[in-house]
Amino acid sequence: MKIRLDILRRDSSEAAPYTQSFIYETDDENATVATALCDINSQAVIRDAEGNAAKPIKWQCSCLQKKCGACAMVINSKPRLACDAALKEFEKSGCVSLGPLRKFKNVADLMVDRSVMFDNLKALGAWLDDKTKADERTLDTAYDASRCLQCGCCLEVCPNFYPEGEFCGMSAAAPMSRLIAAMPKAQQRKAYKQYRAHIYEGCGKSLACRDICPAGIDIDAMLVNSNAAAVWKRRAWRKRGSD
Amino acid sequence: MSSINIVGAGLAGLSAAIALAEKGVGCTLISLQQSERAQSVLAEGGINAALDTMGENDRISEHFEDTLKGGAFLADPNAVMGLTNGAPEILRWLIGLGVPFNMKGGEVVLRNFGGQKKKRTAYARSSTGKIIMSAVIDEARKYEAKGLIKRFAHHELVSLIANSGSCTGVKIKDTYTDKTACLYGQVILCTGGMNGVFPKMTTGTTQNSGAAAAAAFCQGVVFSNLEMLQYHPTTIGISNKRCLVTEAARGEGGRLFIEKNGKPWYFMEEKYPELKNLMPRDVVAREMYFVRRQNDTGDSVYLDMTGLDDDTWKTKLSDLRAEIISYLAIDPGSEPVPVREGIHYFMGGIDVDELHRTNLKGLYAAGECTSQYHGANRLGGNSMLGALYGGRKAAQTALSERDGAYDDKEPVFSADDDKRLQEASPVFIEKLSEILLGAMGIVRSERGIKKALSALDELSAERGYNRRELDRLALAKAMLLSALERRESRGAHYREDCPETREELRKITAAAYADGSVNISFRAIPERRGSFEDKA
Repeated sequence: MKIRLDILRRDSSEAAPYTQSFIYETDDENATVATALCDINSQAVIRDAEGNAAKPIKWQCSCLQKKCGACAMVINSKPRLACDAALKEFEKSGCVSLGPLRKFKNVADLMVDRSVMFDNLKALGAWLDDKTKADERTLDTAYDASRCLQCGCCLEVCPNFYPEGEFCGMSAAAPMSRLIAAMPKAQQRKAYKQYRAHIYEGCGKSLACRDICPAGIDIDAMLVNSNAAAVWKRRAWRKRGSD
Repeated sequence: MSSINIVGAGLAGLSAAIALAEKGVGCTLISLQQSERAQSVLAEGGINAALDTMGENDRISEHFEDTLKGGAFLADPNAVMGLTNGAPEILRWLIGLGVPFNMKGGEVVLRNFGGQKKKRTAYARSSTGKIIMSAVIDEARKYEAKGLIKRFAHHELVSLIANSGSCTGVKIKDTYTDKTACLYGQVILCTGGMNGVFPKMTTGTTQNSGAAAAAAFCQGVVFSNLEMLQYHPTTIGISNKRCLVTEAARGEGGRLFIEKNGKPWYFMEEKYPELKNLMPRDVVAREMYFVRRQNDTGDSVYLDMTGLDDDTWKTKLSDLRAEIISYLAIDPGSEPVPVREGIHYFMGGIDVDELHRTNLKGLYAAGECTSQYHGANRLGGNSMLGALYGGRKAAQTALSERDGAYDDKEPVFSADDDKRLQEASPVFIEKLSEILLGAMGIVRSERGIKKALSALDELSAERGYNRRELDRLALAKAMLLSALERRESRGAHYREDCPETREELRKITAAAYADGSVNISFRAIPERRGSFEDKA
């Protein structure tokens, strides 16, 4: 299989962006965009599609199996994990375009600084003040919420999220739903207030996030639970299946 | 006045940072990427503790004995006693953080895992590592907000600041700007396994490049048991890596077979009637290798999970099923899955004592980067436990040996022409990996190791290596020499030319680097003392 990768590059956050293409050939039927980027960077001399020497492509990567969220980027206009984007998908057209996520500061090439996501969680108070007791009714919610990769794909497609805004987006709502379900009473008042101000009130319910989530988290169900507790002052945990 | 600097923000690093913060002591937490990207999130099957919730009368002493025996009696018994005594409390701590372990009737459910006769492994379906990490990250965030944990989350370890037997800090590089800074104070290394020594061949992450291990080794940190690589029996090949199929698949009833004379042969059940498919990983991996080599068998070993019921899939292994379908287009619920051994864990690493001290004063280490707890073979379910317990222990020791107050002065990053900043070339790393793989497989021999050593000498004779490449050459040499010198078979180290286990070699292989050469020696394992904290 032979694919042309058109990569939106920039040498640093201040430098001007440019597009550079690379030809990647492989026998690996399961190769992904991540495989291509790893292999291109592993060459002794990296050449672009025109045969010119090129600098290694800066990007973030870690697990290569959809469990760490590092390699999120814009692939043919859609935010996705590079390790989840099989090259087979692009075989017909013979090319794929790659760019950095656009809601974060572009450090270089496909590398972005997602610290706003972690800063938001800190500002929201996303932790437990005190230890909690195990509650079988909340296991499903806690499990699903804990699967959030903090990759940022949901923020990319969200019409309401922007980095300087009050709304923290679903990458904050997911961990918050685990915490709201487990929270000691003394912490609830403050946390609910934060949740209403920075999640509930900012969400326009476009639910674009639900379809884009690479972990397939049912964020809709999670919002129902968190809203019930933090906005409507009711608890409505889904019951976990028998174990 | 100095700070405590933790390098690595996976489970061990987070555990160390939280332990310090709980005491009101500040630390820096240095990692290449955020904790969500750490290899700990890939752990699947579970975490061990003798909680005895399954009515099997499990005891801490049995967890201790299974761990020592599984590790072929190469682990420090006093460290393992601390680990197994501490396990129930670690589990209660995680439950207090809200980790959604599978539960029934108000109790944590435990599952069977390899090398253990009793159910002792707590789990969150088949993504236990990810689920635990999410809760531990939230807990660390509480102290980040208080300013006690200060993250440097896009920073790489360049080198230790070490001289005359002590470590006084770390030099780190901001990967966004390539600028460097020195952070002074005690250092706890929690840098994970050296997966990148074998690129594409392990179940680990690309972040665990092995660069930190190589640098530390060449700066005088003693490593031990470097010959002990764990091959996990059940992995599948995916693009550019091995993907783990959790041991829980067998714990919940999965069976290994190979075709023999046209029929499935459940070789583990036949050869090991007591623990069957749940023998320790070294044994299972070796048996798979041997049965495949037989003339009357097929080319591949299969994992048969077709007998598992719907409820088990749904509540215990849901992510595993989705993963196998996604990567192999095989539904393990209705079809056996071809599996193969893959490098999964490094039992060897930085040599630490029971208190997690290295040979350098002021330098501590915890988690997979060390050789602590697992001896010659790690039991499934003990890695996350070792990381959490070890991180905490290292923090306590660092605190007790602290000689100054925490200073949160901002480090100054500046441009730097340190030669250590030059990366090792990927082509060179691949070459080195090929040499090592030729000798460090599941079955080894003096001939194979010597052949690899001369290939390594040839590669080393080439000129123009940068510092990081030279460091890697030295670390590779230490691995090969450790494997050469252990002229016996023990745990994961199986020598075809010396198949027996020799009591006189029940010693730790210590590798040290000085003046450009690697020196291997054997060190005695500490005598056992102490007692179990089982409730009467």
